[in-house]
Amino acid sequence: MTALSDVSTHAMASARCRISEVAFWVLALACAFLFPSRYLIMTDIVRLGLFALSLDLILGYAGIVSLGHAAFFGVGAYSAGLLALHGIINEPVIALVAAGLVAAVLGFLTSFLVIRGVDLTRLMVTLGIALLLEALAERFSDITGGTDGLQGIEMQPVLGLFAFDMFGRTGLFYSLVVLFILFLLARRVVHSPFGLSLRAIKNNPLRAAAIGVPVNRRLIAIYTLAAFYAGIAGALFTQTTALASLDVFSFERSADLMLVLVIGGTGYLYGGLIGAVVFKMLQELFQSITPQYWLFWIGLVLVVIVMVGRARIHRWVLFVPNLIIRQLAGRKAAVAVPESDAS
Amino acid sequence: MTIALETRNLEKSFGGLRVTRDLSLKVMQGARHALIGPNGAGKTTVINQLTGVLTPNSGRILLEGHDITGLSVHRRVLRGLSRTFQINQLYADLTPLETIGLAVSERMGRGGDWWRRMGTRDDVNAEIAELLSRFHLLDVMTELTSTLPYGKQRLLEIAVAIAAKPRVLLLDEPAAGVPESERHDILAAVAALPRDVTVLLIEHDMDLVFSFADRISVLVNGGLLTEGAPDEVARDPQVRAVYLGEAADA
Repeated sequence: MTALSDVSTHAMASARCRISEVAFWVLALACAFLFPSRYLIMTDIVRLGLFALSLDLILGYAGIVSLGHAAFFGVGAYSAGLLALHGIINEPVIALVAAGLVAAVLGFLTSFLVIRGVDLTRLMVTLGIALLLEALAERFSDITGGTDGLQGIEMQPVLGLFAFDMFGRTGLFYSLVVLFILFLLARRVVHSPFGLSLRAIKNNPLRAAAIGVPVNRRLIAIYTLAAFYAGIAGALFTQTTALASLDVFSFERSADLMLVLVIGGTGYLYGGLIGAVVFKMLQELFQSITPQYWLFWIGLVLVVIVMVGRARIHRWVLFVPNLIIRQLAGRKAAVAVPESDAS
Repeated sequence: MTIALETRNLEKSFGGLRVTRDLSLKVMQGARHALIGPNGAGKTTVINQLTGVLTPNSGRILLEGHDITGLSVHRRVLRGLSRTFQINQLYADLTPLETIGLAVSERMGRGGDWWRRMGTRDDVNAEIAELLSRFHLLDVMTELTSTLPYGKQRLLEIAVAIAAKPRVLLLDEPAAGVPESERHDILAAVAALPRDVTVLLIEHDMDLVFSFADRISVLVNGGLLTEGAPDEVARDPQVRAVYLGEAADA
């Protein structure tokens, strides 16, 4: 039956790996080898990318807005710090997963507050939870170190083999591997029936329920998973910098994350990663030009992106490469940012 | 004959406005039942209570004898009560393939699969293929729903509802807004619905109602005005005054 094979081919088409995706990861790995003096900022970008990937899972796929995603980042960061500081779990990878799970538990518990209500309620609830945790961390300074943060964290070698070095080489490759594994997992999830049901919920929750989708259960599941990702990102932060301070919970961290995702685009997974690269580069660039007023320029870029629209910017950026391809190959433009959600 | 869907003394008010008044309705197993009424009669409110979007102030709703008044929307779908929507509520940026795939996956209880990719289960694929071909959507299955002709979108609407394998199907104005040229496909699809599926049709179009229904209930001001076979209803002077007269004028 040809209709049947057609259906399965087309149904799987969206999940097929594209050349541009392979190129993206090869490039990422190449950067790690090409710029040995830039390990620290690259690690920073990888962490931010993972954190943004987490927000994309709930914002880009399920339509849950959050201004308090740092709550999970912070819980992951402190969990990893405390586990290492008190020698409870010495092996970083296991500690990483454990910290992620702690964040996931928090995500699960708070998801019941978040799934109720509409966007504005969600913004306020998520923001409130993050502020609450920040205050708690400050209050219980005997555990968290208060405003001084956790001090004297000593990280053991990853898997007992790769010791963290002072240049950040191990930290970068460790972060990159974690990001890659979690990215593959996220990719798998969004192309599953579960992922499809999330897109349906984002589009029209009422309709999704009328199709038979248990809307709340799906939202709780993805929120918990996103919290796990954010917790891992936070734990990576602590493990690669050997410190955890109150600013892991800060509002700025949540707000920056939103910027990253707006820059990169939501709903195609690479948005968070591309956004993280662009955001950090812009930050570096503007900071070197005007150390005091770099936020002004970031703000300006943001306004331009939102007003002009990302799809159009992509067209402009890809104008020259496409022109070259057309000239060389005599065919239609082949370069496109892998994006399904242009708006 | 068993009763497929029943409401008992259903009441719904918005503030001081009684939108559903003591509505007791019985839809028999396998029936082609039409619910008609002038604009503002409360038809949509009834649908919303049947499907669980609105909760009635009092009264009960029974599906095949089981009380479903307190069940959530998606649980009623899993129990076999499915609906189509009047205005376009399809997923604009999903394809017909994805939309039907979603509905089939959910019905089979595979909607929560987060590890399996779409398109890897043969039983799901076979059903999607069957539905796509039955509703003439195979050729457009990979196009975005928003780009489809309106008639195709209405077909998809019915296909999605059927994908849930309902035993009771609520059709909310299936042919509304469809251009004359594409109407035939819709009417044929409605006529070809399996006989074991009970259908409650909410419709404005009298041609469709009288060609399709074997029983008609007339709703006026939220309450049941009369009920009966199509020819009885057509003869009823009250109905003519309240509804058919108005329809003839329009």
